[in-house]
Amino acid sequence: MESLEKILTQHPFVEGLPSEHIQLIVGCAKNVVFEPGKYLFKENEEANSFYIIRSGKVALEIYSPEVGSIIIQTLGEGDIIGWSWMIPPYQWRFDARAVELTRVIELDGTCLRNKCEIDPKLGYEIMKRLANVFEQRIHAMRIQLLDLYGKN
Amino acid sequence: MDVMIPANFKVQRFIKETHDTFTLELKSFDGRNGFSFEPGQFNMIYIFGVGEIPISISGDPNKKGVLVHTTRAVGTVTKEMAKLKKDEVVGIRGPFGRPWPVKEAIGNDILLVAGGIGLAPLRPVIYYLLSNREYFGKIILLYGARTPKDILFRKELEKFRSRLDIDIIVTVDRAVKNWTGNVGVVTTLIPRAPFDPINTTAMICGPEIMMRYTIVELLKRGLSKENIFVSMERNMKCGVGFCGHCQYGTEFICKDGPVFNFKEIEHLFAKREI
Repeated sequence: MESLEKILTQHPFVEGLPSEHIQLIVGCAKNVVFEPGKYLFKENEEANSFYIIRSGKVALEIYSPEVGSIIIQTLGEGDIIGWSWMIPPYQWRFDARAVELTRVIELDGTCLRNKCEIDPKLGYEIMKRLANVFEQRIHAMRIQLLDLYGKN
Repeated sequence: MDVMIPANFKVQRFIKETHDTFTLELKSFDGRNGFSFEPGQFNMIYIFGVGEIPISISGDPNKKGVLVHTTRAVGTVTKEMAKLKKDEVVGIRGPFGRPWPVKEAIGNDILLVAGGIGLAPLRPVIYYLLSNREYFGKIILLYGARTPKDILFRKELEKFRSRLDIDIIVTVDRAVKNWTGNVGVVTTLIPRAPFDPINTTAMICGPEIMMRYTIVELLKRGLSKENIFVSMERNMKCGVGFCGHCQYGTEFICKDGPVFNFKEIEHLFAKREI
């Protein structure tokens, strides 16, 4: 558990949290490795995890019957995946597939949610950090939608 | 020499780069001994009977025997250019404009951020940096393309990457499952790009919106405005600051640019009236 705490402490998402909060998070965490091609989760499955990527690359995909899987975004070391564990109905809205060997810390969503309910300071800290990720992702997606390199 | 009179160049080679981009290798045939330019400069290319447009030079500044331009077939002139064949003739005026500050950047890490066809004006910088590799710290190229099939100079990027003394990170805006590279806008690569913000010179070329948000991310990483350079684009006609078509506030893009230090034009940047 000590090494998991050390790994977590160094991750940008958790960086700066007081040790009592990190202890609470570690209680919901485990180390997981995904081989290339393996799915972390699929659309419509129950969203009960939150992933902190330590290394590797994960593609977020939406399946289209006409085209197949369309990659919306790739995420790598230092990124986090998933906020559906925090928002009812706790269901994934896309697929997440390991593009290469990917090491993550997987946090149990129910466990973390319960701890956030009990300790609103922890909940607020996590929400602030998630909000920062939302903002960055929405902003990046807006630019992506502009199709800047298209002919017009 | 009258800067308004084009010199004749023959098409030596036509290279189809992607489905809508191409490179012309041109050679002078009216006695001009080679063609000297600095990375970031452009020429006015005249397609006789069609029109004249500014296009950045995309070749190696050390290879003076051949003049190289890469562009996309998107307007009247470039669509005609895309039909050119070996030995056909074009008019060239130039080189014009202020180049990238490659010599001033000696000793620094170099971060190149390119979007789409914006990689073409930065390719001479890559050639320069690699032929003077010992004078620079880390060299990082962040390149964003629309899709994997729109990646410009793909084979050459792979060759550069194999040197191991340059980091090249490519991302595309959209892809399907067989793509194993990055997907997302080029700005998302900046937070974790391996450069030292205190000693980095950044050179950015691409659509203006992409440059704007790239600068936001670079400033977040701690780069100073003085170390950020952008290549601006406006409607250039004469190439030498006579006609005023490319006026940008108090500057003329053709003469005072196209490369500007961000600090110089910060007050104009993203201003809609200009």
